[in-house]
Amino acid sequence: MHEMALAEGVLQLCEDHARKAGATSVVAVWLEIGTLSHVEPEALEFSFEAVVNGTLAHGARLEIDRVPGCGWCYDCSREVAVNALIDACPKCGGYRWQVTGGQEMRVKEMEVT
Amino acid sequence: MCTTCGCGQADVAVEGESGTVHGHDHHHHHHHEHEDGHDHHHHAHAPGLSGARMVEIEQNILSHNDHLAWHNRDDLTRAGVMALNLVSSPGSGKTTLLARTASDMVGHRPVAVIEGDQQTSLDADRIRETGARAIQVNTGKGCHLDAAMVGRAIKTLEPEPGSVLFIENVGNLVCPAAFDLGETAKVVILSVTEGDDKPLKYPDMFRASRLMILNKTDLLPYVPFDVDKCVEYARRVNPEIEVLTVSALTGEGMDAWFDWIAARAAEIAHPEAAE
Repeated sequence: MHEMALAEGVLQLCEDHARKAGATSVVAVWLEIGTLSHVEPEALEFSFEAVVNGTLAHGARLEIDRVPGCGWCYDCSREVAVNALIDACPKCGGYRWQVTGGQEMRVKEMEVT
Repeated sequence: MCTTCGCGQADVAVEGESGTVHGHDHHHHHHHEHEDGHDHHHHAHAPGLSGARMVEIEQNILSHNDHLAWHNRDDLTRAGVMALNLVSSPGSGKTTLLARTASDMVGHRPVAVIEGDQQTSLDADRIRETGARAIQVNTGKGCHLDAAMVGRAIKTLEPEPGSVLFIENVGNLVCPAAFDLGETAKVVILSVTEGDDKPLKYPDMFRASRLMILNKTDLLPYVPFDVDKCVEYARRVNPEIEVLTVSALTGEGMDAWFDWIAARAAEIAHPEAAE
C-alpha cells in the first residue's frame, strides 16, 4: 500500500514546515488530491492517522479537497471532464485523450500552534 | 517506519553497501530548494483554535522522492547511463526477460541491474550468472522501490559510462506507478497468461509507461489472450504507449526489444536528434 509512503511524505513536509515556522504542533492539514492521481483518499487517511502517532502532528485532522479530472481530446480538440483513466471522451466516445488535470497530490497548508 | 529518523526505510537493505550506525545514509539535509516559489497568501481555511495559525506549504506529497529522483536522473545523464524501470505484476517473467536481455547484451553494451524484491538476493544472483553487474535491494515490507533506495544502489553499483541500467521494480502493478526513480522510461511487462484486460484494471501503470512488453508469446496458442484487444485497452489509457511482443523463453521478438533499447540509448546520447 503506497499510501503509507505518501502519508510519510505528508508528515515529512508538515514537520519540515512546522520546524521552519517554529510551531510546536500541527492541528490540521489540507491536501489537494486529484481524482486521476495515484491516491485512494480513504487509504491515505488511514495511513496518515498511523504515521503521525507520537509526532508533532499527533492527532492532526486531515482535510482532503478532491480535484476533478480533465483531459484534452485529440479528436474533439477540446478539454473534457473525465472521472477515471479508463473513461471515454464524454463528447465523442473515443479514447484518444491525454490527462491535463486531476493528478494533483499536494499538501496545501496546515494549521499549527 | 524508522523510529530514528522517521524516514520509512528502516527495513531496506542495499546489497554491498557499507553500513552506518543508523543503517542508511540518505539525504536528510535536502529541503527541496528548487521548488517553485509561492508568494501569494490566500487562505481558504481560517485557524480554528486561539493561538493557532496557518502555514502555507503548497508542495507535492512526493516532492522529497521527486527531488531525489531528479538527482538520480542528473547523475545518470552525466554518466551517459540510460535507465529503464521495469514494472509488472509478480510472475510476468520480468527476471527471465532481464536475464536473457543481459546475457545477449553482454559484450555489446555494458549492462547493470538493480533488482528490487521484498526479500532474498535470488534475482540478483540470477542476473550475475549472465556476467552482468547486479545489485539487490530488499525493500523489507515495502511494496515499491523509491528514489532514495535507487540512489543508494546506484552509488554502490557505479554503472559504467554508456551502460544500460535496468531497474527491476517490486512485482506490483499499483504502487510503483507513482514513484519516479530517475529513470529514462518505465517499461511495463504483461504476460499472456494474465488477463488481456489488465491495462483497464490497473490503468495507472500503463498510463505511466512508455513501452508495454507482452511476454510469454510462446504460450499464446494455449491461452485465451487477445493481443489486439490488450493493445487497444492499453492505448485507451495511454494513446502514446509503444508495444512489443516477446517470448523471453524462446527469444522470439527479442531483436525488436534490443532495437528499442538502442534507439532510447541513442536519444540519451544525442538528445537534440530525438526531436
